[in-house]
Amino acid sequence: MYYIDYDPFVLPFTLGVLALLVMLFWKFFQWWDKLQPEDRIVIRTGLRSGKLLAILKEVFLESLIHRRMWKQNPLQGYMHMTFAFGWFMLILIGNVESRIHSGVEFNMPYYPIFFKFFLDSNEGLPFSKSFTFIMDFFLLLVLSGLVLAMFKRVNAKLYGMKKPAKPEAIDRIALTALWFIFPLRLLAESFTSAVTGTGGFLTGNLGEFLSGWLPARLLAYPAWWSYSVALSVFFVCMPFTRYMHIPAEVLLIYLRHLGFKPSKTYDFFSVVEVNSCPSCGVCVESCQLKSSLGHGNIVPAYFLRGLKKDREDMQAVNECMLCGRCQQVCPVGIHVNDIRIQRRDLLNKQVVFNYPYLPPPDHQKADVVYFAGCMTHLTPGIKRSVENILKAAGIHYLFLDKEGGICCGRPLQIAGLWDSARQLVESNQRLIRQSGARLLLTSCPICLKVFREEYDLRIPVMHHSQYLVQLIEAELINVAFSSREVSYHDPCELGRGCGIFEEPRQLISRIAGLQEITAGREKSLCCGGSLGGLSLSFQERKRLASDALKQLLAGQPDLLITACPLCKKTFQPLSPVGVMDIAEFLYTAMEQKTRTAQPEVLINCNETVAVL
Amino acid sequence: MMTKTVAVIGGGPAGMEASKELAFNGFQVVLLESGARLGGHMNQWDRLFPNKRPAGEILESLYRNFPGSITVMTETNITSIGRNADRFILRTAGRDVIEADALLVCTGFRVFDAILKEEYGYGIYDNVITSVDLEQWFKEKRPVLTSHGRVPATVGFIHCVGSRDEKSGNLHCSKVCCVTAVKQAVELKEKLPEARIFCFYMDLRMFGLGYEELYKESQEKYRIQFIRGRLSEAFENMDGSLMAKVEDTLTAKPLRINLDLLVLMVGFLPSDGTAAIGSLLGLTFNPNGFLQPRDGHLQPHDTEQQGVFLAGSCKGPKNLEETLADARSAVLRIRQYLTN
Amino acid sequence: MPRWGYKIHEDRQVIWEEGDFSLVERIRLAEPSLCLCISCGTCASGCTAAQFTDFSLRRVIIQLQRGRIEEVRQEIDRCMLCGKCILTCPRGVNTRHLVLCIRKELSGDVLY
Repeated sequence: MYYIDYDPFVLPFTLGVLALLVMLFWKFFQWWDKLQPEDRIVIRTGLRSGKLLAILKEVFLESLIHRRMWKQNPLQGYMHMTFAFGWFMLILIGNVESRIHSGVEFNMPYYPIFFKFFLDSNEGLPFSKSFTFIMDFFLLLVLSGLVLAMFKRVNAKLYGMKKPAKPEAIDRIALTALWFIFPLRLLAESFTSAVTGTGGFLTGNLGEFLSGWLPARLLAYPAWWSYSVALSVFFVCMPFTRYMHIPAEVLLIYLRHLGFKPSKTYDFFSVVEVNSCPSCGVCVESCQLKSSLGHGNIVPAYFLRGLKKDREDMQAVNECMLCGRCQQVCPVGIHVNDIRIQRRDLLNKQVVFNYPYLPPPDHQKADVVYFAGCMTHLTPGIKRSVENILKAAGIHYLFLDKEGGICCGRPLQIAGLWDSARQLVESNQRLIRQSGARLLLTSCPICLKVFREEYDLRIPVMHHSQYLVQLIEAELINVAFSSREVSYHDPCELGRGCGIFEEPRQLISRIAGLQEITAGREKSLCCGGSLGGLSLSFQERKRLASDALKQLLAGQPDLLITACPLCKKTFQPLSPVGVMDIAEFLYTAMEQKTRTAQPEVLINCNETVAVL
Repeated sequence: MMTKTVAVIGGGPAGMEASKELAFNGFQVVLLESGARLGGHMNQWDRLFPNKRPAGEILESLYRNFPGSITVMTETNITSIGRNADRFILRTAGRDVIEADALLVCTGFRVFDAILKEEYGYGIYDNVITSVDLEQWFKEKRPVLTSHGRVPATVGFIHCVGSRDEKSGNLHCSKVCCVTAVKQAVELKEKLPEARIFCFYMDLRMFGLGYEELYKESQEKYRIQFIRGRLSEAFENMDGSLMAKVEDTLTAKPLRINLDLLVLMVGFLPSDGTAAIGSLLGLTFNPNGFLQPRDGHLQPHDTEQQGVFLAGSCKGPKNLEETLADARSAVLRIRQYLTN
Repeated sequence: MPRWGYKIHEDRQVIWEEGDFSLVERIRLAEPSLCLCISCGTCASGCTAAQFTDFSLRRVIIQLQRGRIEEVRQEIDRCMLCGKCILTCPRGVNTRHLVLCIRKELSGDVLY
């Protein structure tokens, strides 16, 4: 027999779901509109590709289990997992359960949600004991997460956070609705169970207990109504709140598996990333502009929310130092730095700089081209040490920008000025290529990043901290160990930017004792000198630097070592201990500072080729 | 009435002058100096602006009639300062205990460490020296030569190194470097008549009587060239000379110039002693780190701490005239304080 | 036409009243450190772009402050934004942002 179970209380829920679907389709349609035709094809055919399994696995791990969140903070991870995974399982198993019961392929969408309302008794229901147990278990799981979530609002310190991201009015409404959904479901099912006996260990027992002193039969119906209304409110609000991240993240994972990456312009992928931000607030505490200057609005959780709602915060676009600490901790892996640069690109659309005056390349040849970088000319100690070491090792090198060169182009790029930067990139590229070098060496991590990512050079590009380690390993230079204790500051562009953490540490460990600090490696601090920040004032930068120094010098090292001229210049006037670049430090530790062998011999010897 | 004791901290010109005057006024004086001898920076200086008077003359006059009643303690570092009723109790690193009714802080200044202005190449390039180094050369009668032993044909003086520079952390003007540069340029020209000498400046602050006259003389008689532009960075040439890049702001053109010797006019900073004694006593520092008197105009020696007085360049950059006058005026204030 | 024995010279004075000061006011709002400049020329002396072309940020700033927009327009787009001058400026002027703001204003982009 086929019949439709219906009661007016299901209407709020059903209409809410309908509204949500309409909104979601509308949003996705808008995003779709931004897509290039070829990308549309990739997205369409992606579903049929062999990657689907991997995508589903990742969606399961990230959207439901929240694997990265677990790694960041287990308590937060658990909380998010209970909501996502628990709720998902309630829906999934509820569907299976209700289908088995009704025996039909197609149920009304509300039917599995309010299944217990329509169920008179468990009799004749296959596996009813298992089903009620599982359903109660997952409900309990969600409720345990809810308790944690409520606790987090009250006492965020427990989660290793000083403050959660502040929600807006609509977020609060959705949040309240979300909080009500599961307790109301618990009550509704419990009251009904008191009458029908359909409950499990949770709802059954609670129903029995409540019916002892409450009129369960009378209360059941209003409880179902409330449950339906809470669901409805949540669904209607969802597209306008941070909970939009739930569908957006699924799409994001799908796109990433199809090879989508952040581009230079604010595009479809950016919009999906922006919408995937759950405002979890993990980034809030990573931001030094917040901790040192109290500029909380810079933090991605707020910056991205502004973008989502077409209320862009210019300060958040222009002031950010692009140190990348926030995206390092982001559980969704949103490329916030790229997004900020894309926004700068949009804001500076009309701005073009012109360099028709750039000189043509000359014709000097060398094995190794050394490009010190603009900033390194302000730290002659660095360039001189690198040169002396290269000479001592007998390397045939060309100091390309000995008396000043052309800017590498990255400072323009991080201001979003890609077209202007291209002119500089092409000029430098010609200079480097015509030298016939087999290796490009630089002292500036800013240059390093752009050489690697934007230049078409077809030769390895190294920062001096990497190359000098190789020179030591090839025994072209000898160093002596001293008992000094030093602390190493990872420059943003070298560490997080280019992933170079190990080589500087290897190098330092050969010369002196290296203190590991809590703000090291991926967690390294911004020195305050970054070119990423456009509008930050000098006094504010100074505060940033002083605060960072306190952490770097916590172990009272004899020296602070860094590997970036900008970091060195920023720290030097403020540091009570000496600040040295890694190349200078190496040079002070070198035993034999001149080499008697002929450089010509060395060019062709195997060692040097290995070094190259 | 018992003779009151004044402890004078710092034995430079201000400390010495004040000690003498205090002793003449009948006070018991203990003069504490962290260095090996009295005289402070005067010991390193050859001649003084604006009249090129030998610094030795001043030192000599400070020592002349130096009352034997003054207890002079050199190589003495104060580790703690306590109070017992109205008396101060000073403890030194050598475990001496000194009691005093009033303290006069004359801890003075130090010069900016030019290594921190790395782009100018001090400590990296051999032919970059500071004004203090040059004065030392003059004093030791060392011939002025480049690191390769050549007589420099071109010499550049860079004004405002570590002064008026937010990037070095010092916003203040050190006041005396402008006239010092002109004095040293003139002296150098006297020694090296063939050399071409340049001063690179932002503003020339010839505030004292006789300074403008010296400036004029340096133009008229010594042909010192003044270029309005601040050095961005120096490069070292193959021969060890330096290529300086400045903007000649008055012609609005970039200027490249090869210099055999580069002299950095290092500025005034509060001395380590000023910082240390200031914190021991809980005194107020001004934003540049010098000690802040209660009222710069009306109570220039008083501090927030009763019985603690300030004199000399611990309060900020001063020339010698001002330093000595300030020391004498502090003595008047202390006498007033101790006799009431 | 008879040729007269004289011609009228263009006025070579900077006439303060003819300056366009609206730009400097807008820029000052976006980058307040503009007013800290003391024209020392450090920015221009170390300038990466100035090695190859006639560009002086010091001159740009003073022209801007004198209301001489045309002169500013002719020079401003040569800057490479490398940021070296930020490090050397003794007054802590946010030079890089200043250039970007001027360029933005002159090209018609909304400043803020």
